[in-house]
Amino acid sequence: MFLVKPELGLIIWSSVTFLLLLFILSKFAWKPILAALKEREQKISDSLELAEKTKLEMQAVQAGNERLLNEARLERDKILKEAKEMKESILNQAKKSAEDETRKSIALAKEAIDKEKFAAMSEMKSAAATLSVEIAEKILRKKLENSAEQDSLINEYLKQMNA
Amino acid sequence: MFVNIKSIKFLFLVTFFTTFFAFSAFSQHEEHAAATEHHSATEKFKPGKMILEHIRDAHDWHICDIGGHPVSVSLPIIIYSEKGLEVFSSAKFEHGHASYNGYKLVEGVIEAEDVTHKFYDLSITKNVMAMMIGFILLIIVMLSVARSYKNGLGAPKGIGAFVEPLIVFLQDEVVKPSIGKHYARYMPLLLTMFFGIFFLNLMGLIPIIPGGANVTGNIAFTLVLAVITFIVTTVTAKKDYWKHILMPDVPVLLYIIVIPIEIIGVLNKPIVLMIRLFANITAGHIIILGFFSLIFIFGEMSSGLGLGVSVFSVIFTLFMSFLELLVAFLQAYVFVFLSSLFFGQAIEEHHHAEAHH
Repeated sequence: MFLVKPELGLIIWSSVTFLLLLFILSKFAWKPILAALKEREQKISDSLELAEKTKLEMQAVQAGNERLLNEARLERDKILKEAKEMKESILNQAKKSAEDETRKSIALAKEAIDKEKFAAMSEMKSAAATLSVEIAEKILRKKLENSAEQDSLINEYLKQMNA
Repeated sequence: MFVNIKSIKFLFLVTFFTTFFAFSAFSQHEEHAAATEHHSATEKFKPGKMILEHIRDAHDWHICDIGGHPVSVSLPIIIYSEKGLEVFSSAKFEHGHASYNGYKLVEGVIEAEDVTHKFYDLSITKNVMAMMIGFILLIIVMLSVARSYKNGLGAPKGIGAFVEPLIVFLQDEVVKPSIGKHYARYMPLLLTMFFGIFFLNLMGLIPIIPGGANVTGNIAFTLVLAVITFIVTTVTAKKDYWKHILMPDVPVLLYIIVIPIEIIGVLNKPIVLMIRLFANITAGHIIILGFFSLIFIFGEMSSGLGLGVSVFSVIFTLFMSFLELLVAFLQAYVFVFLSSLFFGQAIEEHHHAEAHH
């Protein structure tokens, strides 16, 4: 039965010692330990938060970079395209003006040739006319050297005219 | 309302202590009756006697017997009576063979030769000594842990690496969920209880001085802890706790049944705490001592048999010791867990009660 009989002495000493222990440990051990634990917990959660924030910032910066890069790429493409177009239009223009020029000079040449041709023809015509007149004169002169022949000729012509 | 609650608290404490002292006085009376019919020790090995001597409190710290003479550390005897305070060494009793100043030692208990003489035994007994040594070691350990936090907040090193996870575990897994947002107020008490019980449990497993005492397996020690839990529960309790006990949510006619049940429930909690710790630790010690007793029981039949049995005894004792290491932690944990549950129940506020108005 003594096992379940609490002894007064031990009760008193236990109470006193335990309360002393509680006081000493609370003041000199639990307080700093719990404070340190709390501080560390705070530090860890702060660090985690900071890391998360930094990560988000990094992502934002990266996205910004990506956007800038894309914009630059688009700009480059646009500039390249414009340059190409300009080149093409310049080429086309040049080609066209060259063609026009050629066509114009050809037309001029043709015109000149035609004019020359016409002049030559008319000259040739007048020359031929003069020549033929001269030849006819010469022939007539020769034919009209004797009167008989002159008469026959006149008659012939007259006949021809009467016919 | 506050005055009411305070007077209720006071009433509760008074009732509790009256009950306890009545119980104590009754068992003391019984003890006296038992002590008068004690027999002198015989040469034959009595395992029951040996085991009880080991798990009970004593006025000297027994180490071993050499040639039939006990070798022990004598502890101071402090007696308070009408004659005043008497302080002397327990060596004066010569292990119960002599009487001193009108007192004698009967089976480890001090008795007055004059039966009518009333006195209180406030001696520094083996358990008190072991408790003090254990607590001083605990203070040294914890102060060194606390000091280690002064140089920065790095990962804990040394003994701190063992202590810190326990503190964090108790805080985050035991105290916070049971008590709620006001948990910080209770942390110092619960931590002191946990490490105090755990430390003394472990010291009780060490067979030689300064261990070997059965402090946490002594009902006086567990009683003190349970009473502290009870007082803290009662003093910190909020309105809802008292309302639940004194004005339960049942028809008024049933109050006559329900209120006594609730009061018994309230008193039951610390009593169960007290008995659980005491019984678990004492049982562990009894089992280990029982295994050792087997060696001597069989050794008395024949020394060869004792030698043979000793192999099994040692194996079983080793197994039990490992189990007791677990129990040392487990019982400290259970005590603190239940205490924090009780604290949590006492300060719980039922917000849904307002919704009825």
